[in-house]
Amino acid sequence: MLTADSLFQIDLELKKYPESQKRSAVMSALRIAQSELGWLSQDTIKFVAGYLGLMPMAVYEVATFYNMYDLAPRGKYKLTVCTNLPCALSGGEDALDYLKRKLSISIGEVTADGRFSLHEGECMGACGYAPVVLVNNHSMCRNMTPQAIDSMLAEFD
Amino acid sequence: MLEIEIDGKKLTVPDGSTVMEAAEAVGTYIPHFCYHKKLSVAANCRMCLVQVEKAPKPLPACATPVTDGMRVFTKSDLAVKAQQGVMEFLLINHPLDCPICDQGGECQLQDLAVGYGDVDSRFSEVKRVVPNKDLGPLISTDMTRCIHCTRCVRFSEEIAGAQEIGMAGRGEHSEVMSFIGLTVDSEISGNVIDLCPVGALTSKPFRYQARSWELSRRKGVSPHDGLGSNLILQTKGGRVVRVLPRENESINECWISDRDRFSYEALMSSERLLTPELTIGGQVVSTSWDSALSKVAEEIKGTIEKFGADSIGVVASPNSTVEELYLINKLFGGGLGVRAINTFGRMSDYRLVSESEGVRWLGQSISELRQSDLFMIVGSDLRMESPLLAQQIRQSVKRGAELCVLSPSSSKQLCRSVERIVRPDELLSSLVSIAHSVVVKIGKSVPAVLQLAGLLADDDPMVEAIAKVAGRGGRISILLGEQVENSPQALEIAKVASLFAEAISAEFGWSFASANKVGAQLLTVDSADPTFSRQRKMLIGFGVDLCADSPNAQLMSHQVRAADALVLFSPFKPLSHVAPFSASLPVAPFSETGGSYINIEGVVQAFNGAVRCAGDARPGWKVLRVLGNLLSIPGFDYQSVEDVRRAALGDLEKLSSSTLNNSIDVEDVRINEKHNALIRVGDVPIYQSDAVVRRSHSLQETKLAGCSRLARMNSKTLSSLMINHGDNVLVSQGGAEFSIVAEEDDTLPDFAVALPAVIDGCGVLGELYGPISVKKNM
Amino acid sequence: MTVYTKGVVFDGVDFDDPDCWKLDRYVKRGGYAALRKIIEGSISQDSVIAEVKLSALRGRGGAGFPTGLKWSFMPRQFPGQKYLVCNTDEGEPGTFKDKDIIELNPHALIEGMIIAGYAMGISVGYNYIHGEIFQDYRRFEAALQEARDAGLLGENILGSGFSFQLYAHHGYGAYICGEETALLESLEGKKGQPRFKPPFPASFGLYGKPTTINNTETFASVPFIIREGGQKFLELGKPNNGGTKLFSISGHVSRPGNYEVPMGMPFAELLALAGGMRDGGKLKAVIPGGSSAPVLPAQIMMDVTMDYDSISKAGSMLGSGAVIVMDESVCMVKALRRLSYFYYEESCGQCTPCREGTGWLYRIVDRIERGEGSLGDLDLLESLGKNIAGRTICALGDAAVMPVQGMLKHFRDEFLFHIENKRCLVH
Ligand SMILES: Cc1cc2nc3c(=O)[nH]c(=O)nc-3n(C[C@H](O)[C@H](O)[C@H](O)COP(=O)(O)O)c2cc1C
Ligand code: SF4
Ligand code: FES
Repeated sequence: MLTADSLFQIDLELKKYPESQKRSAVMSALRIAQSELGWLSQDTIKFVAGYLGLMPMAVYEVATFYNMYDLAPRGKYKLTVCTNLPCALSGGEDALDYLKRKLSISIGEVTADGRFSLHEGECMGACGYAPVVLVNNHSMCRNMTPQAIDSMLAEFD
Repeated sequence: MLEIEIDGKKLTVPDGSTVMEAAEAVGTYIPHFCYHKKLSVAANCRMCLVQVEKAPKPLPACATPVTDGMRVFTKSDLAVKAQQGVMEFLLINHPLDCPICDQGGECQLQDLAVGYGDVDSRFSEVKRVVPNKDLGPLISTDMTRCIHCTRCVRFSEEIAGAQEIGMAGRGEHSEVMSFIGLTVDSEISGNVIDLCPVGALTSKPFRYQARSWELSRRKGVSPHDGLGSNLILQTKGGRVVRVLPRENESINECWISDRDRFSYEALMSSERLLTPELTIGGQVVSTSWDSALSKVAEEIKGTIEKFGADSIGVVASPNSTVEELYLINKLFGGGLGVRAINTFGRMSDYRLVSESEGVRWLGQSISELRQSDLFMIVGSDLRMESPLLAQQIRQSVKRGAELCVLSPSSSKQLCRSVERIVRPDELLSSLVSIAHSVVVKIGKSVPAVLQLAGLLADDDPMVEAIAKVAGRGGRISILLGEQVENSPQALEIAKVASLFAEAISAEFGWSFASANKVGAQLLTVDSADPTFSRQRKMLIGFGVDLCADSPNAQLMSHQVRAADALVLFSPFKPLSHVAPFSASLPVAPFSETGGSYINIEGVVQAFNGAVRCAGDARPGWKVLRVLGNLLSIPGFDYQSVEDVRRAALGDLEKLSSSTLNNSIDVEDVRINEKHNALIRVGDVPIYQSDAVVRRSHSLQETKLAGCSRLARMNSKTLSSLMINHGDNVLVSQGGAEFSIVAEEDDTLPDFAVALPAVIDGCGVLGELYGPISVKKNM
Repeated sequence: MTVYTKGVVFDGVDFDDPDCWKLDRYVKRGGYAALRKIIEGSISQDSVIAEVKLSALRGRGGAGFPTGLKWSFMPRQFPGQKYLVCNTDEGEPGTFKDKDIIELNPHALIEGMIIAGYAMGISVGYNYIHGEIFQDYRRFEAALQEARDAGLLGENILGSGFSFQLYAHHGYGAYICGEETALLESLEGKKGQPRFKPPFPASFGLYGKPTTINNTETFASVPFIIREGGQKFLELGKPNNGGTKLFSISGHVSRPGNYEVPMGMPFAELLALAGGMRDGGKLKAVIPGGSSAPVLPAQIMMDVTMDYDSISKAGSMLGSGAVIVMDESVCMVKALRRLSYFYYEESCGQCTPCREGTGWLYRIVDRIERGEGSLGDLDLLESLGKNIAGRTICALGDAAVMPVQGMLKHFRDEFLFHIENKRCLVH
């Protein structure tokens, strides 16, 4: 189900924890699986459960508790904008509005071509760099003025 | 010990007690939802907030440890306001439609809400609606009612041993559920119904059958396994409509298995036999008891006159009551001189009966068993045989005990364990090797018998585990299960186990999967030929399905087909009437008769009938009494079931230690040659264990029931037979064939085929743990 | 963005140098000298803890608990594994200092944790890193590798016989995991649901073993304290409020960013450092310690000094040191609506009052904001707040209530205006 490289990465994560505490690697395993497959399907969750020797429900609880796991397919580029108060004071909501208009989708939707999906995020711990847009969960773009957003979008294939 | 004062009442409690436990000790009720004495403390419902002197905030009684000199106020203004506040939050999203809720009348939320008055008025938003979940055929859901106490979640992980139920999502969006597409398949899942304080999880079979206030409660005892779980049978209109646990800390704690909880469905099934039926000359006629019993008496008399008492064979279920078994033995054995009386279920090695010095039993009390530091389970799929005993062992393991399992099929105990899976015919040699190695390792002298097989590798995990505990003088319990009980080498295995136990100062005993195996042993008169090796003219069955409940269905179906007369005492219609003379006599099931069972620890548990007999059914002891009289056997004039019990047991409440005795009187043990022919692993599927369970509709719908209709083999066996997973295969024993789907199961040993003891159409199969052949069905 | 330092955590860091985070740069500015000092001078565990006590370092994660005291709770003699955990799950709206620490000066944290491990006899540590800052998680792993390669981390550190393993654990988006026991559950691979205390982590922590948890900034302050002495650290700040503190300044200021300044700096001075109000706006209110601290209006704020005691006297909390600055253009109802939404979304869901109450609070504030509130709603908010605060397992319940109480205390008029006129006072 996952590539050898992903499994290798999961194995590296497993090394961080005591032998009897494989469960500790579940968050990274889900992250790695999601990075490879784009989202977490039921089968992926079952696979991760099997790989770590856990009940599927135990993994599902984790997958549904943390915001950044995607339990449904999303755009090739998942754009998450922080709109929490500190960011909102410095243009967070404007950035979200701008993206909504630009991509013609609302929060939670995917563009017709499947390239973008738009999400509202909670505090990313980067309020000083507002507005911030998180791309595919792992890459944070700071000071996202409309011009910065335009050039970010232009860079995506 | 700590001193504490609760609402002015002083008491001392042991160190480590919580305020909730202290309050319970003085009979002070503190409202609560998430707290349950058998589950970990979650402290999430916040209903149990109380005032503690010097604490700035109200504290949850369930989680707050008692400190010395603590003063607690459970009904002070601060406490009550806090509780009211919590109640308001619980109710804002809870539907307030108790009249249509299945839990109405027995809902803890409803009960407590009454005490907290009108609380809905401040919430003017739309209430949350949560979609229901499919948890399988036993548990019905109404998830909008869930108050997120997580009792069911904690039960599934902590008690049932596998987290099948969880709470997904976060915050207000949290939902209690099973993993999408999976049902809850635990053999003790129904307990979540009792645990759920509201109507979110209710019994599917019981759904909308009755309101709690319409129900009468009667005490009962489980008729399905040797633990003897205490039950409450709830009845309405003369029918059992629900079964609940009756708390007994020393036996079943506060749980019951799903088998005990849902088997009552069979009691009202259309398969109940409601009047005596005779088949004479191919014609089935319903008749009165008088005529049926006198015909049966005549037939018995005639058979004995013509062919002698040895031409009759009697099979009585080991789930029969003490009283029934006593009268069966007295009537047929003592009275008529019949020697072929089998009350031992699927046992095939009758030397075990003749060579046992006493009544085989658990070897200790259940509470003592729980204290073990190491359990060695030999030949048992314990979760399926005795779900709650397995559960108790799991709890002990959680507290630090070790578990070793030696079995022909992986028992998946759902806890840490060292397993050794061997072919059924290698159970004995493996046990000898393990015993030999352990005794050597701890430096004790090795009895000769234990030297019959070689030593295992020095780092063998099971040997190491046992030697470690034995070496430090820990308490070890060796438990033999049904796979030994039903093995052709039961005697040798038992002997070796007892020698091993003696050598390492362990406890040694049996865990039976029948409700009254102990009683059956106690009451059985010497049985010369219980295995029916000879064809009988007349077969008499009591509480059994003759083929399904026999150690060798193939032999039994030959017997049945060739018999001249069949007499079946059963709550259920027989499958077919085949003999020239057939009688089907409706005797009462466990719910309709008084009686008693003796559990594996030798405790006698008596019960009364919960409801009147269905149709013309009659309690077995009364039927036997009449038959005894009709056959002019003296001493059949009992007035009551208690009279019969007194005759059988005297005033015993627990069998004496001189009666209960696991010693085996045999010196010579031989180990069979190793061979590689295919062998059958014929375990009894949990929901085929007896005639009642077999007819319980909902249990038959469960995954556990379904997954047994397969021939399972490991991948090595499959490939050597050139069979693929999912192929249709023909299995045969003794020349008869049977077609079934093959499934890969790598928990099985090489060249073994797991094929359940009871399975539709499987009457053609023979020995449970005997040779078998399997080939692809072209 | 700006990072400004008067030097403890970011002592000597050249922020213009893209490699400022690297080991060689850190060593050049005196890094790992504290660790060497301990190891080469065979300084006892007790002396290390005494030094931290002397410094009056207080936990930088929000609660301000004295760090030296916390370290002394660790049962050092406990046989078997003990754990050290760093809390870099910075998710409190307004806070972004820990992120900068692991991005720009990760070795200060690593060194601080090794010293803490040494002081408490702990051989394994984890740093739990906030989900959204994956790049910084990677950066931290790179720094760990540098330290391992240099023999500063791992088996037999600097030949001392002391071993300490440190790993990074990446979160994936849950504010509640900043709460220390939720963090532990999450580290164990479960949902991040806080545990009831007692037992406290010092006796029953990660995997049920004794565990000490501190915030990133707390640990990163330790090398300075050991190197320069606790006294010197203390003197940087005020009595009982030792050292410098990182303030994350966001909102309507000209130069948002992290400012590491001595404890006790007047707020006005800090505001000036951050370039004053943006676009000449007028200060309306400040949330001085992260979103869960009660808001303070301008006139009160201009009189406080930035330390635990002064802000607490003014009716709020220093918390994590997140300073959210708002000018007159801000509608307080709308601001509260956004904060209440946050707590509603981030409640872990186990405690009844928090699970049910945070959503209720949000819905009431929301309807007031939309002009659909009624007069009774303000009393209802206050009453619900009382039923939530102090009645839950963790402090998120309180955190959700405090902004509501703060707003109603200082800006009740604005809420009344919304209700009575069905429109905003500001816009
Ligand atoms: C809801 C909640 C969120 C918290 N978030 C954080 C956080 O993001 N970072 C942090 O260091 N501490 C956070 N804390 C505080 C921690 O529980 C804990 O007190 C702290 O990590 C201890 O470290 P310290 O003593 O060094 O401050 C939070 C507490 C609560 C109740
Ligand atoms: S107060 Fe809220 S966040 Fe904290 S434990 Fe309870 S439900 Fe979870
Ligand atoms: S019973 Fe104590 S919090 Fe639920």
